[in-house]
Amino acid sequence: MTALLASGLTDFVGDALDRQVQIDAIGLGAIFALMAVGIGLVFGVMRLVNFAYGQLIMAGAFALAYASERDWPEWAGIALCFGVVLALSLAMERVVFRPLRSQSAAVMLIATFAVAFLLQSIALLWFGPLGKTASSLVELNRPISLLGVDIRKITIVAIVVAVVCLALLVLLLERTSIGLHMRAAAMDFSTARLLGVRANLVSTVAVLIAGVLAAVVAVMLTVQFPTVTPTFALQETILVLAGVVVGGMTRLLSATLGGFLIGYVSGLLGGALPSSQSQYLPSFLFGLVILVLLVRPDGLFTRGRGLVERV
Amino acid sequence: MRTRRAALELLAPAALVVVAGLVGALVSQTNQIYFVTALISVSTVVAIYVFVGNSGVLSFGHISFFAVGVWAAGVLSIPEQEKPATMPYLFDFLSSTTVGNVPSLLIAALVGGAFAVVVGLPLMRLSGLAAGIATFAVLGITNNLLRYYEKIGPGLNTFSSVPETTDVLQATIGAVLVIAAAFAYQRSRLGRQLRATREDPAAARAVGVSIYRQRLAAFALSGFLAGFAGGIYIHFIPINVDAVYLDLTFITLAMLVIGGATSLWGAVVGALFVSALDSVLAEMEDGMTVLGVTIDVPSGSRIVVVSAIMALVLIVRPSGLTGGREFSLPSLARRARPAEAK
Repeated sequence: MTALLASGLTDFVGDALDRQVQIDAIGLGAIFALMAVGIGLVFGVMRLVNFAYGQLIMAGAFALAYASERDWPEWAGIALCFGVVLALSLAMERVVFRPLRSQSAAVMLIATFAVAFLLQSIALLWFGPLGKTASSLVELNRPISLLGVDIRKITIVAIVVAVVCLALLVLLLERTSIGLHMRAAAMDFSTARLLGVRANLVSTVAVLIAGVLAAVVAVMLTVQFPTVTPTFALQETILVLAGVVVGGMTRLLSATLGGFLIGYVSGLLGGALPSSQSQYLPSFLFGLVILVLLVRPDGLFTRGRGLVERV
Repeated sequence: MRTRRAALELLAPAALVVVAGLVGALVSQTNQIYFVTALISVSTVVAIYVFVGNSGVLSFGHISFFAVGVWAAGVLSIPEQEKPATMPYLFDFLSSTTVGNVPSLLIAALVGGAFAVVVGLPLMRLSGLAAGIATFAVLGITNNLLRYYEKIGPGLNTFSSVPETTDVLQATIGAVLVIAAAFAYQRSRLGRQLRATREDPAAARAVGVSIYRQRLAAFALSGFLAGFAGGIYIHFIPINVDAVYLDLTFITLAMLVIGGATSLWGAVVGALFVSALDSVLAEMEDGMTVLGVTIDVPSGSRIVVVSAIMALVLIVRPSGLTGGREFSLPSLARRARPAEAK
């Protein structure tokens, strides 16, 4: 029994350290990190957990599928994807987030829950449960040989895109006045307002940036999973939300790290779990989430006690 | 005066449920389904209310207790000779045991309650977002295990040959029992202490209330009632694991929030209101004739309307239709004030 367990564990570690598994896990982590930034940025400014973030990605993916069904050129499909996601983000901010800004975190979370189901059921009504196929940028799915492992091009693209997006975001936050306003709002919203930060502008910009990231994620996810259904990106969003809270929502960096971590661990477990147990992957992941939350309820990457809810 | 108000707090929701049950008993067989579903929704939402409403802590995990109730009552009440065909991998003690209707409901409640205690022991230390995500994680794990672990149930398959014993009468009695339990709890010392922690955690702690213990007690009772509701549900309609996951979590939370999460009256009103809306929309999906005009909406629009209304209620009335207050007669309240002044 012990020997069996030990050999199972060695297999597991061996598989987990495999270069192929590592690269794929990092690629998944990169996409999850981008989603985490989108969720963390809006949370920072508005103290709002956006459960409907995954449905933005789903809408973008349907836009891509719509375009490829009609044989539009690729740039037009991607433009449509960005347009749909940004328009939806703005509408969401204006109609739902803004009126609820003064409400408790729980009310806002349930409201975004409602928006999520609204968008999902509209997609179900419109496109049916079987969904559509998006075939944009399929050549990115082909593998190339690098350092003796076969890597799909999209994995490399995902990592590069994530790094570039994060770098641009850091520049925006650190070097521009709107970035300064956003950081001030994230730290103390009412004081920032007193000092002349325009609340509506700051929250609109935060939601727009989150929307751009959602569209980027939609493009990259549809390359890997071309079948777009109304529940597209739902499972990923739930994991990212858990990752963001596990990392620590108070700072954008810790939230992003949390998102990356849960994507990475999920990729690792997916690659290394024996096939008889791989169906229990969500249980392992959620179990880890609960464990971390019990040990560090304020977040894995935060220092001291965080201020999670605004009083 | 206080006893009269307390009586109203119990009698108003109970009366509403009984009226729904009576109407349900009079309508045609096809329409009866809507009433039974609504009554089971009342039980489920009130079960969730016992924890969420009284503690003010959001839980996404209560449908896991409902789900284990479904599994316990379903697996145990399928006739023994049917079990090998539909659930070949079942544990021996499960495949060799078959219980009747009422015992299966009790077992469902006990399993739900026990599961809530196991989950609550570590998790009730958390609050805020961490609690929300942790309860969500519990829901994810429960769903994942029920879906693939075929030693405890049918896995991905739909439950078949569970005796369909839940009718209007049983659903009504069930809902009234759950309401009575919720009422007894919220009037009790425990319930008042928990509501004190909801209103002001610091002050409650200062007078010696243990937030952890109070939340755990409510969580356990809440899980017990949710398991019971799950038991009633599986005796009504054959379902599979997808029916007890995100959609049900959403719709029950929507009912609670639309009604007003902080009162028993709100939970009951919300459940019945959303169920009524849902039933009317379901009829419209099949084409409904009102005053000679046929209204026909595309199928699947129910959830669109329900989620739109939920978002709307949250924006316009964040505390729900009832404002989160218990039922009271306006005239009574007006007459009460001068009387109390003397």
